[in-house]
Amino acid sequence: MPGRIQSVERAAAILNLLASGSRRLGVVELAKFLDLPKGTVHGILATLAHIGFVEQDRITGKYQLGATLLHLGNSYLDVNELRTRAINWADSLASRSREAVQIGALHDGKVLIVHHVFRPDDSVQALQVGALLPAHATALGKVLVANDPGREPDTEDWAAVTERTIVEPAVLDSEFDRILAQGWAPEIEELVVGEAAIAAPIRDDRNLVVGAIGIRGAMERLCADQDTVRAELVAFVRDAARAVSRDLGAHRW
Amino acid sequence: MIANGRFLDGEDYVTTKRYIAAIDQGTTSSRCIVFDADGSIVSVAQKEHEQIFPKPGWVEHDALEIWANVQEVVEEAIEEAELKPADIAAIGITNQRETTVVWERATGKPVYNAIVWQDTRTDQLVKELSETIGREHLLERTGLPPATYFAGPKLLWLLENVEGLRDRAERGELLFGTMDTWIIWNLTGGADGGTHVTDVTNASRTMLMNLETLSWDPSLLEQLHIPAQVLPAIVSSSEVYDECVGFLGGVPVAGALGDQHAALFGQTAFNTGDIKSTYGTGSFLLLNTGSKPVPSKHGLITTVAYQIGDQPAVYALEGSIAVTGALVQWFRDRLGVISKASEIETLALSVEDNGGCYFVPAFSGLFAPYWRSDARGVIAGLTGYITKAHLARAVLEASAWQTREVVDAMVADTGIELSELKVDGGMTANNLLMQTLADALNVTVVRPMVAETTCLGAAYAAGLAVGFWPDLDSLRHNWHRAAQWTPEIDEARRAHEYHNWKKAVQRTLGWVEDDEPTS
Repeated sequence: MPGRIQSVERAAAILNLLASGSRRLGVVELAKFLDLPKGTVHGILATLAHIGFVEQDRITGKYQLGATLLHLGNSYLDVNELRTRAINWADSLASRSREAVQIGALHDGKVLIVHHVFRPDDSVQALQVGALLPAHATALGKVLVANDPGREPDTEDWAAVTERTIVEPAVLDSEFDRILAQGWAPEIEELVVGEAAIAAPIRDDRNLVVGAIGIRGAMERLCADQDTVRAELVAFVRDAARAVSRDLGAHRW
Repeated sequence: MIANGRFLDGEDYVTTKRYIAAIDQGTTSSRCIVFDADGSIVSVAQKEHEQIFPKPGWVEHDALEIWANVQEVVEEAIEEAELKPADIAAIGITNQRETTVVWERATGKPVYNAIVWQDTRTDQLVKELSETIGREHLLERTGLPPATYFAGPKLLWLLENVEGLRDRAERGELLFGTMDTWIIWNLTGGADGGTHVTDVTNASRTMLMNLETLSWDPSLLEQLHIPAQVLPAIVSSSEVYDECVGFLGGVPVAGALGDQHAALFGQTAFNTGDIKSTYGTGSFLLLNTGSKPVPSKHGLITTVAYQIGDQPAVYALEGSIAVTGALVQWFRDRLGVISKASEIETLALSVEDNGGCYFVPAFSGLFAPYWRSDARGVIAGLTGYITKAHLARAVLEASAWQTREVVDAMVADTGIELSELKVDGGMTANNLLMQTLADALNVTVVRPMVAETTCLGAAYAAGLAVGFWPDLDSLRHNWHRAAQWTPEIDEARRAHEYHNWKKAVQRTLGWVEDDEPTS
């Protein structure tokens, strides 16, 4: 086999990043995320723009996937497809954890609930599919933002939902870093007083985060104490996220 | 329970063997799912097999390929779960119904490809049987209206059309079975002492079993010239048939149910009046009618729902819809409007309503409750305003209205009032379809926690037989609502839409005229 061509690999990495996020990315962000010199990234982007694989926004100068590439193949994961692929594992997670399960994807900076499994206690519950939740106040959202290559927490207008919602940009930023490093996110009374949640990322065959799966329920069941969620439940959530990712073709990790 | 005495000496069988495996031998693939005691999925493995189309209307499977795939998925599912065969308390089978295979007792070699339920080669044969034996007589004895699906006429076709088969059958050299029989015989040793049985639900789809006595009907066997020595013993859906040999060595094979019956069982629809609908390529509704078979005046099939050990059998009314998920596939593959089936929901949600168009997918005529082979599909109400998104809505609504018509027939036959519809199958991932169903039926639609009810039903049947689960109540306890949809439209709107749907259905009738070829 002939040697691999580094610039093609880098171009592919840039396209993958542009395909994964919900917003446009600039040269600086891409260079930072890929750990490449700005000049290199700029050169690749100019080439990709020339062949129509990316387009540059005239006002902001940031890049998005070009029409030519979008017509090549359907690279984004439809949220209804995500639900279809995840449904068995979401059910399993609900019956293991005995809690309600939600799957979310980023939509205009918020978390769109694309799937919801009731808590298995046969109490009256309403389907939350289609709800939009604030990303910074939910475990699902924090996982998604933490893994979003274009995240810019200090430019976002995060509002407090409860007293425990994290709104301080610097604190939020380190929370995102922590979530990225540990691979899952807790949420303790940040959206609803008395409620907690745990979420982990779902990856596709490019190992990009395409959604998040998690559980939500009463604090006394999900938490070990005021500031810690139960480790055993974290393991269930991460197992489910791995199982869905495996079905989507992500590499084992 | 039957097996308790054998296994409980010295060690606690139930607590050391913590899992049940189920094999789903389906029309396009074979799967194995491992379940834990809560009925939760631990692992899944699946493998597709070849669809063989020797002539128009003929559909066959290679039974040896299927058996190889079954072995492969069983091993894969157990490995994926990081288990050993010794961790499996029992294995259950569910299967594509009516698909027929005949093989040599001495070698296990099939004498012909398996003839699949969809295959229509027995068309002429079934017409003749309908005349010589009588449609009413067959309906009364077997619960089945004469049709090409059923296994008995397929067996008869083989005996009459494959050189030397009848002689060999009469000499006792051959065995007949549906796919449950084939898998159980092979799992339990094959030519080396395999057990030759079929469960009562599968037997009820042969057109050879008497629905009251639950045994092969001697007069039907005589009228169809079927030698009794090829037939498997009819057993209940839940008892230890035998132990596996080979990879699963020692694991009891303890449950078998046809796929739709297994889905009813997996939904724990154990009460008279419970109804489930499975949404796949086509859709199947089964209504539990209790301990008595109910004859249908509205085009439904009377069938055995399940039988547990030596308890009395429970019966069901069945209504089938030929084209539901298949219409979404057609929309994807033939029109190319969407690239994945799930995208139909995204497209349909981009508009508020169907824009006035209705899609009746009578691709090969209409099934229950119309049974009109002269019908062909229509899209009615087209105007210049209609977009592909409106069509996507109409595609989903077609599944809902077809379900409504079968439910109406069930209510007319039994007088049972529907309170909720339990749904399962791949299409239950489509939230818009589920909401549309609730709106069309004006009842609550409930998806259970485990959407894989077919495999779960087979697992339940096997687990009950070995005491892994003590009774039906413990299974009911495992059933949980994962989601539910309640009606959101008012009665006037529902009546208006149903009226328009029925108008569209009328436009499909009589399309194929007598002097035309009916393909």
